[in-house]
Amino acid sequence: MISISFIPLLLALVLSPLLFGVINRTKAFFAGRRGQPLLQLYFDLWKLLRKGAVYSRTTTWIFRAGPVLGLAAVLVAAALMPLGNFPALIAFPADFLLFAGLLGLMRFCTVVAALDTGSSFEGMGASREVFFSALAEPALFIALVTLARQAGQLSLSTIFGPLSGAHWLDSGPVLALVIIALMIVLLAENARIPVDDPNTHLELTMIHEVMVLDHSGPDFAFILYSAGLKLWLFAALIVGMVVPVTNSVWLDLLLSTGGVLVVAVIVGVIESIMARLRLVVVPQLLVGAGVLAAMAFLLELTLKIHNPS
Amino acid sequence: MTTNLILVLVVLTNLKLLGSSRLGASIRMVALQGMVLGLLPVLAHLQNLSVHFVLLSLGTIALKGIVFPWLLFRAVREAEVAREIEPYVGYVASLVAGVLALGVSFGMCARLTMPENIASPWLAPVALFSIFAGLFLIVARKRALNQVLGFLVLENGIYTFGVGIVAETPFLVELGVLLDVFVAVFVMGIAVYHINREFDHIETDRLDRLKG
Repeated sequence: MISISFIPLLLALVLSPLLFGVINRTKAFFAGRRGQPLLQLYFDLWKLLRKGAVYSRTTTWIFRAGPVLGLAAVLVAAALMPLGNFPALIAFPADFLLFAGLLGLMRFCTVVAALDTGSSFEGMGASREVFFSALAEPALFIALVTLARQAGQLSLSTIFGPLSGAHWLDSGPVLALVIIALMIVLLAENARIPVDDPNTHLELTMIHEVMVLDHSGPDFAFILYSAGLKLWLFAALIVGMVVPVTNSVWLDLLLSTGGVLVVAVIVGVIESIMARLRLVVVPQLLVGAGVLAAMAFLLELTLKIHNPS
Repeated sequence: MTTNLILVLVVLTNLKLLGSSRLGASIRMVALQGMVLGLLPVLAHLQNLSVHFVLLSLGTIALKGIVFPWLLFRAVREAEVAREIEPYVGYVASLVAGVLALGVSFGMCARLTMPENIASPWLAPVALFSIFAGLFLIVARKRALNQVLGFLVLENGIYTFGVGIVAETPFLVELGVLLDVFVAVFVMGIAVYHINREFDHIETDRLDRLKG
């Protein structure tokens, strides 16, 4: 079984940069353009990795350590995340706490590195990033706890297995609410459009992009790759809930991988049909996600009291 | 299952009401809630369906889904307001308070003994939550129109409880309640119009001072 549990990690490592290509292609389709190649991020990464890095004299070792530590954190998180019915490389009860913690560590690294540059723009971006993620994190946790209770499992690897069509019939509203909350968290955590615009060119309006302005060369490649992995992980989280478990292992794999790409397409569609929210409205959206998750949790609690199964 | 879906929709519309500043959107939410709740009498009594429940459903949908929104939209047009400017409690804080109220409702109903053949385990908590949300809207908003909406949500809560849990209410009583609510909204619409004409706004926090 060990060889099989390598598959989710391997797929995440190989395919995660593709997600940005899919998102960009979707947006290009809506705008009536041809768009950049699907593999653009791979080319970018290859280009950046061959370059040297430039470091400002005001930065210290923190700035250099940030991207490396961030990548390390997200790699470990990737080892915890299953894909559909495939167990993750590492699995133990309550590993979703470690998963959320590692993503938090990754963000901490980015933020500290941004503060280390001493640039006021980067400090502003860091402050916003931390503010928004502080609001998004309760939503993520409550959603995961609801999920754990629904499945009766505490490990990410086994949480999705018991979720089947019967659960959807029995407590569809709960699962739907959890998915909506997780989708909002995905958009916020990965700096996508209703919260943050990845294509913006004005430092004042940036949140995530402004924090990585000073990184160059391999450091920037690490950051881009970590971002891809993070998006993959969140997408896998949502896909695990939706994609049904079939009898064939390989069909499962195909469905789940396709599902992750579909999530990328959905993100692209959302970015195409929505404008970015004003900064003051973003907390309302994130608190809303938390509220939906909390509501799902409460509904779930009463369901279990009334029909214990 | 459908009953569950309706109850979830009711909670969602309540939360949206707590978190939204636009009057138009709020009225539409209350209309949606009324329409969805109109289906409840039929769905809650599918086993022993009678003309009584169908009539009640139709009456509720017509009144809460169509007549009330129409009256309220007219009041909004006449008062020329589009959004609540400064509520006593902010929107994010209202949302959080809403979740707390939801938790309290579920906690309270977990301690109550419910009848055996209840349509959904969520019915009583959602009804209670509607009542709390309505009360909160009445207290926390300044505009008279938002307070009318709060009153309607409050009434929806009582209605949910009555329709879902009490098996046999005399038809006349339910019609009487509907009529009362109708008159109340009608009178409030007129009151809003007059407050607006007298003071050039519909904020109720300045009504405690005498004009002289």
